[in-house]
Amino acid sequence: MPSVTETPAGPELPKAPTGISGLDQITGGGLPRGRVALVTGSAGTGKTLLGLEFLVAGARDYGEPGVLVTFEESEAKVTRDVRSLGFDLDALGQAGLLALISFRVDPSEILVAGEFDLGPLFVIIEDAIGRTGARRVVLDTIEVLFGALGSDAVLRAELSRLARWLEERGVTAIVTGERGEKSLTRHGIEEYVSDCVIMLDHRVHEEISTRRLRVVKYRGSAHGTNEYPFVISAHGFSVLPVTSIALDYDAPTERVSTGIARLDHMLGGGLFRGSTALVTGSAGTGKTALGANMVNAACQRGERALLISFEESPAQILRNMRSLGLDLRKWQDYGLLRIWAGRPSAFGLESHLASLAMLIEETAPSVAVLDGIASLSHAVPGSEATAMLARQFDMLKTRSITTLTTALGHGDEASTVNVSSLADTWLLLRNTEVNGERNRLLFVLKSRGMAHSNQVREFVLSGDGVELLDVYVGNEGVLTGSARLAQESARRAAEVRQTEEADRHRRELRRAIAEHEARLAAIQDQIADFRAEVDRLDLGEGRLAAAAAADRQAMAAMRWADAGPGKPAGASERPPLPPTAPRPRDADAGTQDVASGGQG
Amino acid sequence: MSEQYAVGADAEIWELRLYVTGRSPKCQRAQENLRRACEENVPGRYSIEIVDLLENPRLAADDQILAVPTVVRKLPPPIRKIVGDLSDTEHLLVGMQLRPLGSPAT
Repeated sequence: MPSVTETPAGPELPKAPTGISGLDQITGGGLPRGRVALVTGSAGTGKTLLGLEFLVAGARDYGEPGVLVTFEESEAKVTRDVRSLGFDLDALGQAGLLALISFRVDPSEILVAGEFDLGPLFVIIEDAIGRTGARRVVLDTIEVLFGALGSDAVLRAELSRLARWLEERGVTAIVTGERGEKSLTRHGIEEYVSDCVIMLDHRVHEEISTRRLRVVKYRGSAHGTNEYPFVISAHGFSVLPVTSIALDYDAPTERVSTGIARLDHMLGGGLFRGSTALVTGSAGTGKTALGANMVNAACQRGERALLISFEESPAQILRNMRSLGLDLRKWQDYGLLRIWAGRPSAFGLESHLASLAMLIEETAPSVAVLDGIASLSHAVPGSEATAMLARQFDMLKTRSITTLTTALGHGDEASTVNVSSLADTWLLLRNTEVNGERNRLLFVLKSRGMAHSNQVREFVLSGDGVELLDVYVGNEGVLTGSARLAQESARRAAEVRQTEEADRHRRELRRAIAEHEARLAAIQDQIADFRAEVDRLDLGEGRLAAAAAADRQAMAAMRWADAGPGKPAGASERPPLPPTAPRPRDADAGTQDVASGGQG
Repeated sequence: MSEQYAVGADAEIWELRLYVTGRSPKCQRAQENLRRACEENVPGRYSIEIVDLLENPRLAADDQILAVPTVVRKLPPPIRKIVGDLSDTEHLLVGMQLRPLGSPAT
């Protein structure tokens, strides 16, 4: 292979990208360059499309023109069939990037009489390669020749020769084959093209079809060995690795509001941007309302949101959410909100995923709500639903789309579709049935990487929207609904009673204070009276003493008595001082007094 | 009766085209086998055109020729194709319906 020089020969095999992202991911870069790969599968599994995408991607995106040799359909039909996928084969043909050759092989027209070879096929491929400078060739489905030309031995030899010849030309080729009963292809052509074998499958399980792809063999290269679902959508062929090969998406720390302030608070500020929240709950617990709030909040922030419903029509959602005071139509009109509804069971897994991928691509939302994924598990067996959800979540996560997924959950903490491990945050809505009424409770079961409330809240839907309320937890358990209301009014009554009691007590005390103050005033008056009385008595006594002294003096004068050393007249006029602590100055004063008194 | 035919209303002409790639032994053999069969069965009422696809590769697609040698009966209708070196005379005769004049059509 002298012409295989584009990728330096190293430990890694040089590869030709197919342009089918999932497939290139699985094969680590595409098909083996300069080799012939076999794509096998039963009728209608997408072999032709895979080949065509390989050619179109080469011609359009990788500067590698191609040649398609089809043995099943006319050029016009092939061109028309892929036009709906956005492939303009005519334009590529006119640009000299693609050559289409079709051979209609009608077994009834052909009779074999003796030895032959496939010379013309070589000749025309050679011619087409020469014209276009083709680096890629697709032969679709070469096994048709076996039916028409019968002679197996000759055909095997010729196909083997063709494969070697293509490799000598250095072109990367795809040969498609029909899946056989026990072998990879009906006529065993895998014997000649065995470097890379890709098998396509189309399975119907419980009336839902799923397409799968498997790299059966890839000589000299590591490859994903699983069966990967793939879809054929309006954008062509896409393979969806079950989980992205590496878990390497970003982990933003920015928070995104759920639109319910108290729920944000319970989550410590909202959901992480790009995280995946799961809401489970039985019927009528308000899952959709939670989702609608989330998109409403996103639109209010001016972000684009996508609401995908698997259970209700857009009109029904708009109407129902209006009853909760959410005007989603407004956001639709502003072009911020896209509501899409469809039953996954109607299309099968792959179309479902494809639709989702398409919606995400077109809408480029920052917030997505997937409402009612439980219908998925009706549509497909559990393990497939889980795998599909994993892919779905991956798809959203890698694009940093904050996602809220709601699912019908019957059990309590039983993982409905085993999606709990895929979700970063798990909210549980539960109905409680007490006193003949049902009320809604909300818990945060888990929330990765954020402190979150362990409290149960009552989840109330009303015309004013969604509200989270405290619940009463007491001996009777959690109280909700009218029991909560009763509890609330009882508490209010108790509060009123308490207030009244205090007021009354307060009034009594005030009255007592006033009474006592009045009494105090009276006593003080009395004391003052007593004092006055005392003073009065003291004064009267003094006068009497003075009068008595004067009388005695007058009497002495009358008797001519000598003035004795006894009491001076002034000293006796004052009442005796009360005894005080004996202090030197007092003593001095006393003597002075006595002296002065003596002098006076 | 071989030389006695006349081109009448019921007279058929075999217009044949033999596709080959170069002068490979198979193609040479096919040419010989075809000529001989025509001479033996429809002498004078046939024409053989040899088309070499190496000279005009696109004819392979236009005329839908995948294998060589291939002989195509363009007339009488319907178009029939026989692939191979025509060593299988029985297949050749049945396939081309090279029947002598007057023999019943199969």
